Parts: sequence; structure tokens; C-alpha cells
Amino acid sequence: MPAVSKGDGMRGLAVFISDIRNCKSKEAEIKRINKELANIRSKFKGDKALDGYSKKKYVCKLLFIFLLGHDIDFGHMEAVNLLSSNKYTEKQIGYLFISVLVNSNSELIRLINNAIKNDLSSRNPTFMCLALHCIANVGSREMAEAFAGEIPRILVAGDTMDSVKQSAALCLLRLYKTSPDLVLMGEWTSRVVHLLNDQHMGVVTAAISLITCLSQKNPDEFKTCVSLAVSRLSRIVSSASTDLQDYTYYFVPAPWLSCKLLRLLQCYPPPEDGAVKGRLVECLETILNKAQEPPKSKKVQHSNAKNAILFEAISLIIHYDSEPNLLVRACNQLGQFLQHRETNLRYLALESMCTLASSEFSHEAVKTHIETVINALKTERDVSVRQRAADLLYAMCDRSNAKQIVAEMLSYLETADYSIREEMVLKVAILAEKYAVDYSWYVDTILNLIRIAGDYVSEEVWYRVIQIVINRDDVQGYAAKTVFEALQAPACHENMVKVGGYILGEFGNLIAGDPRSSPLVQFNLLHSKFHLCSVPTRALLLSAYIKFINLFPETKSTIQEVLRSDSQIRNSDVELQQRAVEYLKLSSIASTDVLATVLEEMPPFPERESSILAKLKKKKGPGAVSVNELEEGKREGGELNGGGERGGDNSAIATSNASTPSPSADLLGLRAGPPVTAAAPSAGSLLVDVFSEAGVNDDGFLSSAPPSVVSEDPAPPLPESNELLNKFVCKNNGVLFENQLLQIGIKSEYRQNLGRMYLFYGNKTSVQFVTFSTTVTCPGELQSQLNVQSKPVEPLIEGGAQVQQVINIECLTDFSDAPLLNIKFRYGGALQNLTLKLPVTINKFFQPTEMASHDFFQRWKQLSLPQQEAQKIFKANHAMDTEVLKAKLLGLGMALLENVDPNPENFVCAGVIQTKAQQVGSLLRLEPKRASSDVPINRAQQ
Amino acid sequence: MQFMLLFSRQGKLRLQKWYVPLSDKEKKKITRELVQTVLARKPKMCSFLEWRDLKIVYKRYASLYFCCAIEDQDNELITLEIIHRYVELLDKYFGSVCELDIIFNFEKAYFILDEFLLGGEAQETSKKNVLKAIEQADLLQENLDFQIRLLPGMISGLLTVESVAVSVPVALVINLIPSERGFILHVLSFWSLDQTKTKLI
Repeated sequence: MPAVSKGDGMRGLAVFISDIRNCKSKEAEIKRINKELANIRSKFKGDKALDGYSKKKYVCKLLFIFLLGHDIDFGHMEAVNLLSSNKYTEKQIGYLFISVLVNSNSELIRLINNAIKNDLSSRNPTFMCLALHCIANVGSREMAEAFAGEIPRILVAGDTMDSVKQSAALCLLRLYKTSPDLVLMGEWTSRVVHLLNDQHMGVVTAAISLITCLSQKNPDEFKTCVSLAVSRLSRIVSSASTDLQDYTYYFVPAPWLSCKLLRLLQCYPPPEDGAVKGRLVECLETILNKAQEPPKSKKVQHSNAKNAILFEAISLIIHYDSEPNLLVRACNQLGQFLQHRETNLRYLALESMCTLASSEFSHEAVKTHIETVINALKTERDVSVRQRAADLLYAMCDRSNAKQIVAEMLSYLETADYSIREEMVLKVAILAEKYAVDYSWYVDTILNLIRIAGDYVSEEVWYRVIQIVINRDDVQGYAAKTVFEALQAPACHENMVKVGGYILGEFGNLIAGDPRSSPLVQFNLLHSKFHLCSVPTRALLLSAYIKFINLFPETKSTIQEVLRSDSQIRNSDVELQQRAVEYLKLSSIASTDVLATVLEEMPPFPERESSILAKLKKKKGPGAVSVNELEEGKREGGELNGGGERGGDNSAIATSNASTPSPSADLLGLRAGPPVTAAAPSAGSLLVDVFSEAGVNDDGFLSSAPPSVVSEDPAPPLPESNELLNKFVCKNNGVLFENQLLQIGIKSEYRQNLGRMYLFYGNKTSVQFVTFSTTVTCPGELQSQLNVQSKPVEPLIEGGAQVQQVINIECLTDFSDAPLLNIKFRYGGALQNLTLKLPVTINKFFQPTEMASHDFFQRWKQLSLPQQEAQKIFKANHAMDTEVLKAKLLGLGMALLENVDPNPENFVCAGVIQTKAQQVGSLLRLEPKRASSDVPINRAQQ
Repeated sequence: MQFMLLFSRQGKLRLQKWYVPLSDKEKKKITRELVQTVLARKPKMCSFLEWRDLKIVYKRYASLYFCCAIEDQDNELITLEIIHRYVELLDKYFGSVCELDIIFNFEKAYFILDEFLLGGEAQETSKKNVLKAIEQADLLQENLDFQIRLLPGMISGLLTVESVAVSVPVALVINLIPSERGFILHVLSFWSLDQTKTKLI
């Protein structure tokens, strides 16, 4: 045992810790802690200077309190004092405190950096290591600024101790991760790479992490590391288990270093040099061979270390994806692990096979394990392992086994854990679509999906089945028959009702010949579900009913009866009531021709990326599916089914002032709303005519255009937005907009041609705003003049809460318009949609310029061309107050030049407008005429 | 590695080491969620799980959970052995380490970790070298009050004494270790008698 005194002399600390542990309640603990904090505070503040030991003890106590989860707001200075103590333990505790509790107090950072600097130059390796550990633990930008230049020197210097080199390498790595711009390897590059040859294994172990990270960013500069890494790896792999002494871990030579070497090689393509490549392939074969040898120890540490190397080697083989032989061997090895008794190995084998499945060389080999994987999905007791099995099934699926895999996944869904159901549903939906040869199978699968896991079937999934049915006429009859049958179940999921309502509304006629599914039977079946459904589904069903009237004139009177009933026409929900009223009117007024045009079958959906894929991409956990594969799935899916996403489906009504509350989805594209759409199809305008003749309000406007055409267009800018904009010409902060619901505050700062704006959206009500979203657009030519980027904002604002959004602005060239800010959200179901102008005006990019009188007038005279000058005489609205005027002019962003104009009444300003393209100097002269209170403003630009 | 957490079966955090910059609030949130997730898992389950966009590798030693968060491309099994090596280091240093050693000597646990892992990467994997570094540091200690010369022969035992400062009886574990100058008495730790010391390994 090392010679240490474990109590370390800090008895007070041990007593304190015991006290805390003996506290019977949380309150007692807090009381004890507060007592201690008060004590420490008084000691630190006291007149008597504390000795190093006491300081160390109290700092340590503070640290302990912090680690218990309490906030500590003092003691930093005392800790910094400890750093310069010449007693090692005091210094050590000081550094520990700083590492754990650093704050960005600039004064302290300077002191800390000083102490570190002293220790780094002390040439005492123990002190140097302490300092390096501290830098690595804090890793702040300030530290990078102070030490990023010094540490590479320490790392490669010939006389640096090994332990210091190790710390220096990893310290540099941490700084590189936080501030890559400050860590410049440059001249040190080759010496750093050669650390791979260092005699000391510890130095290599530490240095390789740094080299790997640097190689990822600058592969070319570091590519010499490949051959060095291969020869180092080769030496380790071929060494006997005792050769490396203390670097052998449970009979495995240098497992950490081996893994890191294999990881480093994954930053590069296979070596071009034949000899190097041969040597590497030999290493990989040896690693695969060793996996087959009987274990040298029964300890799990032995097999873990050995297999860690094996998995890393397999990752490299997959990364190269060029050695069919090795790929297949890897696959077989993983196949053995699939049935291993260690859960960890089964988990990793499933995970690793997922990537093997995407290689053309090993895809077939992976497929041979399908039964084992299906079995794992059924029998594994650990949900995370089952999840891996599901991922692997998804990855190994192709046309040949799709039916089997989809069936297995469906049956697993019946008992699957809630946590993974939604993802499973998405995967089944994607596979069913991607590999559907006949579409009746696809329809069956999705309907099964809704039956088994209806709650987890997101909108994207059932939209998609409808899109596909609409786009493919060979499946429509089958779909109608199947949904009809499915709806006959006494309890069916609401999503089933939605799909059923939509499909029967469109294609019910295809099965109406059978007396068992005659129009009236179909209607009664749908209507029997009506009362159990939510408002959006009811709205959809009402639309299906009006479609029925068109499809089957014989149902007209029955349906009209239903629409006319009080529960529809006087429904308290505005959307339902409106639909009932309009559909009733439509069915009684419009001629059959008009009805047939308006209620025509839905046109095919435009092809677009499957929204389900988009959703899975968003959800995707690591290892689920690679993006490439998704893209491929998209391509395949796209060519098979002319599917498309329906834009803006969640929204029903696009109104400019957004006052109609409507939470319902409008699937059939029968939208109620004012006729704002210029592109309303002829059927729509026809209808307006019908209604105007009948004296019906124009608001009852129906359009059969696919909903993707009528989307929630942003509202036009508010009439008062120009005024709002002017308010901000001379100021950067304030309230931009306020109404009864919402307040928008603004804070902005500009520097050169860049600006940053903080918008604060405050919910003034007590009800939450949902689906809150904002978009910033640059209309017209502003697009090329201003570059505006906004970070997305939280979609939910609780009542009384405020959310913040940051907008970055870059001025490319001069501009005169302002960007538009569109805000949409739902308040109590009603869509709010408003557009404002963002107060970004050209003067925000002014850089004030000081100038002497002589210069000013010389320049003024130079600017004589008519387009270089603008003059305006205007009446002052307010009494002229010099101070107010000055403040305004300063707010404009230019420098107010004193003692320039001979007339002291006049104001003179100069500034440079900074844009990315150019800099424009501007001069301004304001000549107030008190008598007439006219203020001519001269402004010249160059 | 992004961070390492040590916590007890009761969910009490015993050590936390963060290798990525996060605010205190985020740290607390992550800790709370992760401790809950890991404690809810059954003993025979696998040691890896996906959590947010990280991979969690954890292992339980007696009453303590050791839990590391690594990135997508990092190796799970080798991380498991990083945990084991750290436990070995603690065990060797404290001599049959138990949770109480880590509570009462938390600063030492941090120092050992810093020698072994730095910036989230293995710095020195040789057990001998890490312990040597810690030993050298300990030798620099100025405070020799606790070193008492004793007769040859190593004694290790449990004494019960009546503490002056605390009114309950406390136990003292002492270790007598030979050194060039004689023997050093180490007060390993002391605590109330109602708590039992359990071995980690």
C-alpha cells in the first residue's frame, strides 16, 4: 500500500461528513449545512488570517456541500489562494475546487491562469500535472487562449517527463474540442504523430486520443499516422500476453491502446501501401482467430477486453467494406455471439450486425441469422436488447423476407413495450410500403397496425395509407372492402374510423354492389361510430357523408336528416356546426353536376418524401437505420407509390386574422374560410356563384383543391407594422408588439455588418399557446441583401410564460425593406397568425466615425452628384430639445461630431455603413430652424 | 466519454465527473433522469442502454453504481473495463474499498480518477503507474501528524474508542504499514458503529 494518511488530517471535514450522514431528514441536513456555511463564511471574512490548513479544510467542506447538490457562491478566492500554496495537498485541493466549481469571473480566471502558469513552468512534474489536469477539467475558452500555445511545446519537448506528456496530450485534446480555432498544431504535427512510436505505452495511449481527434478534422495532415498505427497494432497483437507487463489486462495485451489504434484507423480509407495493408489485414485476421481460441481466464474482464478489441476490429472491417472474406468472417463471429449467454454480447452483436446488414458483401450472411434474431425479439428479457433485435430485423429486411419480418414485427407489437411501440409502428409502416409487391398486403398490414397499436399510429402513418390508396386504383376496391370489414368490429380504434370514413367516402361505390355493403349499410356502419369519436374525426365523417350524397343519391334523404338534426346543426363546436350547415345547404341547393364537380374523387397526391420516413429520421435513435438507408428507402418507396405528404394537414382554416377557432383536421380538403386563395380552382368559384345566388354568406366557401395547395399562408403584415418599425429606427430595445394575447419584446445588438436580435414572446393569458412557430422571411430582393437566420422556438408557451428566440442577421449589401416575422400559434384551438416587420434598418449597421471639421467639409463637398445626396425639409412635431435630438442622432448609429459645423445650432454626424459587399461612408447635417421649426436634413453618401 | 457518475442504490450521488461543458442545471437534470433509469433496471439486464443520443455503460459494484456516458462511436466493452480498472484502483488504494471510503475521502477518489482518465480519455491504463503517481503525490504531504513509529510487523484492525468530539461511539480502522523509517499508522476512516462496512470487491 502507498504511504498515505487516509484521513489526511482533515478531522473537521470527516466530522462534518458524519454529521450530514447522521441527519435524519432533509430539513436537518439543510440546517446543518446552513450552519456550516455560516461558520465558513465568518471564518473567511474574519479578521484573523487563516492558515493554509484551515483554508484547505473549509474549501474542502464547501466542495463537499456542492457535491451534495447545494449551490456555493463563495470561497472561490480562498481556493485560488490555495493554488499558490507551496504545500502540495493545499494546492491539490485548490485545484480540485476550481475544477469542479469554476465560474467565469474574469478577475478570478486571471488569477487562476497565473497560478497555472507558475506551476507549468515549475519543472516539478507533479505540479505540472496538477496544472494540466486543471486545464483539462475546466477546458474553458479563456484557458485555451492562455495555454493553447504552450502545451504543444510541453508535449513534444525531449526533456518532458512521461507522465507530464500524457497529461499534456489529453489536456490539448480537451482544449481542441472546446476551441479548435485556438489549438494550432502546425509545426508540431509530425512530432505529435511520432508519439505513436514512443517507448512508453502510457504516452502512446494518451497521445492517440489526441491524434484521433485531430485526424478526424485534418485527415491529410495526419495521414502518416496510419502506417505508424498499423505497425504499433501489429506489435501488440502478436505479443504474448505477458510481454507488455503492466499494460496487459487480464491476459489481454494493451486492450485500451488496441481499441484506440483500431479507432484511429477508422478515420482513414484502407491503406494504399500494399505492405501496410497486408500487415493490417493480418492483424485483423489474428484478432478474429483469437476470438475462436479458448479463453485464458474465466474472468469476465478477460473476455470483455478481448471482445472489445474484436468489436473494434469488426467496426474497422465494416468501415473499409472492401474485404468480403473478413466481412463474412465477422458476420459469422457475431452470429455466434447472438446466442451467447452474456446479455452484453448479444446486445452488441445485434447492434454490430445492423451495420453489417447494409454492406453488399455481408447482407446475405446476416440474413441467415433471421430465425435467431426473431427469437431474440420474442424471448429477450431486456427491452434494450429487444430493441436492438427489432433494429436488426429492420436493417436486414429486403424483398425476399419482408413478409416474414413484417408479420413478426406485427405480432411482437401486440406485447411490445410502450416505450418502443411508436418507433416499431413507423418501421412496420415503412417496410410494408417499401417492399409492397401487392398493395392488398400493404393495406392489410397498415390496418392491422391500427388494430393492434392504434394509439401509437401517428397521423403520418394513416395519412400515408390514404395517399397510397388514392394514388393506386388497383387497390381501391380491396381497401374499401377491407375497411368495411374492419369497421364491423364492435370496438375499433378511432384511427380506423378515420381511414374507414375517408376510404368509403371516396371509394364506397366500389363495394356498393354487394347487398351486404349497400350504401345505406355503409352509412349506418360509419354513423354508428360517430358518437364515440372526437371532434376532428366527426368533422371528417361529416365530409364523408356529403361525399356519400354524391356517390349514392339514394342516401341523400337519410343523410340530410342526420345533418339537419339538432345535434349537428346546432352543435356547440363551430367547425362541426359549420360543416353541417354548409353540407346540408350544398346538398339541397347544388345541382347534381355541381355536386359531382365539387365532391369529385380526390386527385392523386404529388410525389414527395414519405412523411413517415421524415418522422423516423427525427425519432431515430443511434443504430436504428442509417440515413443512407432511409434515402434509399425513400427512392424505392417513391418509385413504387406515387405517394406524397399532405402539407398543412393539421390546420383547418387559413384566415388572415385568425379568429375562427377550429381544432379539427380537414382531410378531405373541404375547407371553410374566406375566399382569399387566388388560385381557387374553377369548381370553387363556381360554388361561390351558387352561394351568392342563394344569398349565402361568402364565407361558406368550399374548395376541392388538395389541401397542400391551400396551406396556412402567412398573414399579410399588420397595417400598423410600419409604424412599429419606425419606433425602432433610433433604438435597439423595447416592445415591438402587443395585443391582448401576446407581447413581443426585442433586444438587439449590432457590430460591423452583423446583428443579433433577441425576441421575447410573452404569453399574456393564462392558457398555453400551442404549435407556436415563427418564421422570418426576406421578401423580394431583400433576400439577396440580408441574410437572416433564426433559431427555432419552443412550440409551447405556457400561460404567463415567455420564450426567447435568437435571430442572426448579416447585412450583405444595402437594403430598404424590412424582413417579415410571421407568428403562428393556437390559443384555445384558434389559430393566430400575424405578421410584423422586424426592425432591421440600414442604419443599424452604422459604425460611428470621428472626423475633424476640415475633413468633414472636404468630404461633404466631394459628394456632389445628385444621387449622392438626399435632402428633406420637414416640420418638427415636437418642441426642439437639443438633448433629445442628440439622443436620436446617436441612436441612429452615427458619431455626433462636436465643434465641426461653424453654426453651433447645427448637428453634424458621420458614420460608415458596414455591409458584407462594401462600406458606405455617410455624412449627415441637421439644421434646425427655430423660427419656422423646419428641420432640413442633409445627408450625403459616398 | 462525456461524463461519469457514481451513485448508491438509494440514488445518492457519490461522485460526478463531467468532460463536456454543461450548466449546473443541466447536470442536475441529467443526473436525476439517469439515476432513475439505471436504478429501475433489473440485475440481469445488459450493461448498455441508449439514452438520448448517448450510450450509457454502467455496472454495479456492491452498493455503488458506476455509470459512464459515451458517444456513438465509442466502444462499450472497453468502457466497462475502464469502470472495472477504476474500481481496482480504488480498491488497491483504499484496501477493500467500500462506499464509505468514497464518501469520506471523496477528494482522493477524484485525484485517482484524474490520474487514470483525463478529458474523458484513458490517460494511463497501467495500475502500477497510476498508483505510483498517487503515491508520489501523497509523499509530498506536509502533514505528518498522523505518522507514528511503531514496532515491526503489520497490524490492521478495528478499535472502538470513545470519541471526544462526537458523543456516539465511533470505530477507527487503522492500518500499519511499513516504511523506511518504521511504521505509519493510517486512520482509514471512522464512522458510527451502526453502519457496517461492506466490501466493493
